[in-house]
Amino acid sequence: MDARQHTDPHYESELKELNLKILEMGGLVEKQIEHAIRGLVERDDDLCRATIERDHAVNRMDVDIDDLCIRLLALHQPAAKDLRLITTGLKITTDLERIGDIAVNLCERALELNKEPQLKPFIDIPRMAQVAQTMLRQSLDAFVREDVDLALRVCRDDDVIDQLTQQLFRELMSYMVEAPQTITRATRLLFVAKYLERIADHATNIAEMVVFTVKGKSIRHLDVVPGSV
Amino acid sequence: MTTAARTKVEARRLDAWFGATQALHSVDLAIAEHAATAIIGPSGCGKSTLIRCLNRMHEIVPGTRVTGEVLLDGEDVYGPGVDPVAVRARVGMVFQRPNPFPTMSIYDNVAAGLILTGARRSRADLDAIVERSLKQAALWDEVKDQLDASGVSISGGQQQRLCIARALAVEPEVILMDEPCSALDPIATAKIEALIHELKARYTLVIVTHSMQQAARVSDYTVFMYLGELVEFGPTEQLFTTPQKKETEDYITGRFG
Repeated sequence: MDARQHTDPHYESELKELNLKILEMGGLVEKQIEHAIRGLVERDDDLCRATIERDHAVNRMDVDIDDLCIRLLALHQPAAKDLRLITTGLKITTDLERIGDIAVNLCERALELNKEPQLKPFIDIPRMAQVAQTMLRQSLDAFVREDVDLALRVCRDDDVIDQLTQQLFRELMSYMVEAPQTITRATRLLFVAKYLERIADHATNIAEMVVFTVKGKSIRHLDVVPGSV
Repeated sequence: MTTAARTKVEARRLDAWFGATQALHSVDLAIAEHAATAIIGPSGCGKSTLIRCLNRMHEIVPGTRVTGEVLLDGEDVYGPGVDPVAVRARVGMVFQRPNPFPTMSIYDNVAAGLILTGARRSRADLDAIVERSLKQAALWDEVKDQLDASGVSISGGQQQRLCIARALAVEPEVILMDEPCSALDPIATAKIEALIHELKARYTLVIVTHSMQQAARVSDYTVFMYLGELVEFGPTEQLFTTPQKKETEDYITGRFG
């Protein structure tokens, strides 16, 4: 953030609070993803159920941050960067909330998969999960540090996860062609891959919003991620 | 807003002094015709001085001085042989506090400029001009049955619209407004702001305001002044969403001093 403070200290502290709350929500969502993946790979039903339970906390933060943003808009008529921060806050929390929902979906698929013998060793999925989690963490780091270069890197990394998804899709298809009794499990694993790809998409959205907040320029819906802004 | 608006008034390397104190430092500014341009900035930044230089009102204060040019339709209002009174007829002004002539009726307040400039007009002509000016100032319906009442017998917001009608009666091309709403309540303010939107079609407007929200609401272009210098000038939407200068950003987001 700018070294320069608002003349109204109350406004200053509310904007700081918004920043902190977004980070807190981001941290919570990162944990949710981490636990969901661990529940899947380690076939831990208890961890999956606890993670599903904790989604309420994510939802509550979504509502809290929305309320704070609307209050700031109504009471302070923000302009320029403050306005971008607040409108971005409204959108980032939507993405974070969706990632939270995806953590729940991951746990649901894990609980189903855990009822049957493991189809194959977990190799690609943990790798995809790691890429998606890194993208999410970096998008949030970029938000805290207002780091446009890091945000742009996150946007570019989205291609990596798309490739991994394609690769896993082909592999699971071959399982299903060879042995129809694997179809249920392979389909569930495909869902898992799709969820991870969606997390990366949401992380990319957040990174794009960081660029908008800092630079005031939209890089959404471009065919190619720009090298700099 | 149409693209490539014609320039109505242009300040070039405009300096202004109060005695030894320099209030404006080499201001360059092109004001678009049929648009509202807002001037914002903290107290003492020179925004009132700037508009008072545009119609040669700055020089009325003893000890003041102006250098540089102010082009009105391309001609320097400070040029040799230019009559400042004629400039002020083309470039009218509305002030912060409503200042109708207290001893005159509503009718005479509107007609005052016409009568004072000496042109003889028939009563019917005057009636028509008074009615037209009061209608343009969105005041006619409220005062048409009391035109003989004193100019100060109406509310503050109505008085301010009366002053606008008085300025409009002499058919100026440019209207300068120096914080026209700062003494008005929100309803009267909203009426003046609606009026500003109306008047743009016919006149070129320059509005000095302390309310950044007002500048954002009513203007097409915004000028940010600081310490007598023009810091930034651009389309209002851009200035309030993505200002190019850090000083502007700090000011409009409330990081003062």
